[in-house]
Amino acid sequence: MASGFSAYLRRDLLLAYRRRGEAASPLIFFIMISTLIPLGITPEATRLAEIAPGIIWVMALLATLLSTDGLFASDYQDGSLEQLLISPQLLAMPVLGKTAAHWIVTGLPLTLTSPLLGVMLSLPAQGYVPMVASLALGTGCLSLIGSVGAALTVSLRKGGLLLSLLVMPLYMPVIIFGSTTVQSAIDGFAWSGPLAILGAMLAASIALCPLAAAGALRLTSVN
Amino acid sequence: MNWLSNWSPSWQWFHRLGSPRWFYQTTGRWLPWLSLLAFMLLSTGLLWGLGFAPQDAKQGNSFRIIYLHVPVSFLALAGYYIMAIAGAVGLIWKMKLSYMVMKSAAPIGAALTFLALFTGAIWGKPTWGTYWVWDARVTSMLILLFLYSGVLALQYAFHSNEAGNKAGAILALVGTVNIPIIYKSVDWWYTLHQPATIKFTSAPSMHPDMFQPLLVMILGFYCFYTVALFLFTRAEILRRERKSVWVKELAIARDQA
Repeated sequence: MASGFSAYLRRDLLLAYRRRGEAASPLIFFIMISTLIPLGITPEATRLAEIAPGIIWVMALLATLLSTDGLFASDYQDGSLEQLLISPQLLAMPVLGKTAAHWIVTGLPLTLTSPLLGVMLSLPAQGYVPMVASLALGTGCLSLIGSVGAALTVSLRKGGLLLSLLVMPLYMPVIIFGSTTVQSAIDGFAWSGPLAILGAMLAASIALCPLAAAGALRLTSVN
Repeated sequence: MNWLSNWSPSWQWFHRLGSPRWFYQTTGRWLPWLSLLAFMLLSTGLLWGLGFAPQDAKQGNSFRIIYLHVPVSFLALAGYYIMAIAGAVGLIWKMKLSYMVMKSAAPIGAALTFLALFTGAIWGKPTWGTYWVWDARVTSMLILLFLYSGVLALQYAFHSNEAGNKAGAILALVGTVNIPIIYKSVDWWYTLHQPATIKFTSAPSMHPDMFQPLLVMILGFYCFYTVALFLFTRAEILRRERKSVWVKELAIARDQA
């Protein structure tokens, strides 16, 4: 069972490494859209600081959403998804491996570059550690929830927009607790509470989302 | 599944329920009575609530929209669970009828959720002074509307019925797991971010004179929902089973009459 996980993790990481340009685009999107905020709202540091936690979280969510679309798409197109479906092992493990690779390629770089955006949006100093911690856990949830949506829409020709429609309401608890973690740290409160809830959400998503995504992938053989 | 039906006669109804034809004929017999019951309950409740229930001490007559708002909100939420349970039954027992129920429950539920938000906004203007507040309940109803629209959009995106059924059922079930989480997190978010200017949850307990018509309206809306669900499902049955013999016979009989 674990071999299905690690084999697909390694395979997808290798594929992403060979297509580096593609893998970098969510990250570039994340950084570029953050330039729009001062241009569109205000360049004033005090006002930017107020909205920075929420803005960074919303942008991280959008950047993840942008890349979720391709999670199963190339496998579906070249037929390797069908090979996976007829393989004798539990389908959820390869799905979890692919999702983990997706997180390493998108969620992890987003988490690591977020302090840079924090500086650009003049995030208060006490917000950096909670932001990185909450993004590390939260983007994991986003990738896992997104995998269900990607699996449901993979066989549709114009699945991308539909995918964001399906997944966005499910993302809402994650963004609430993610930005709350940062905000309560800035306001000087304990931020371990919301972070712990994010961790609980991540644990629940690891247990449930691959099963739902595996069930959804079986649909592609029906259509 | 054969052993199950032999095992106990109480399972028979469940298996019969799987037959669209049986459902179509049975609901055809029930519909006139159910519609009459819904009509009587709704008209009694409306007359009683709008005409005879006492005015509210603070809100005057504007509170009377409660007789529409509360039953609609009840059913908007209950409808999601009906849709998800129907989807689960379809996934587990591969019952095609339950998928038809699921597909019919989605537009009704979305319409009810929209009505709940709309009547809430109308009620909000005189009482809160604004049409829209990012209150915990209002926000979670809005997210419920998004969940409904996701299920609707996904079902229509697939060309084959079978794939659309299963995709819709999986999404409805994922949403069911999420509804309590969404509700709790929005609740918590609200208490963190906003001062409690509007106490929506601790409304004073209602006077029986106001509560009794509300109860009649809730019952009436449950009947109305059942009638609507039956009508939608029957239309869906006819559409999907249009090539079967019994539907063709039905059409011929209708033509001759």
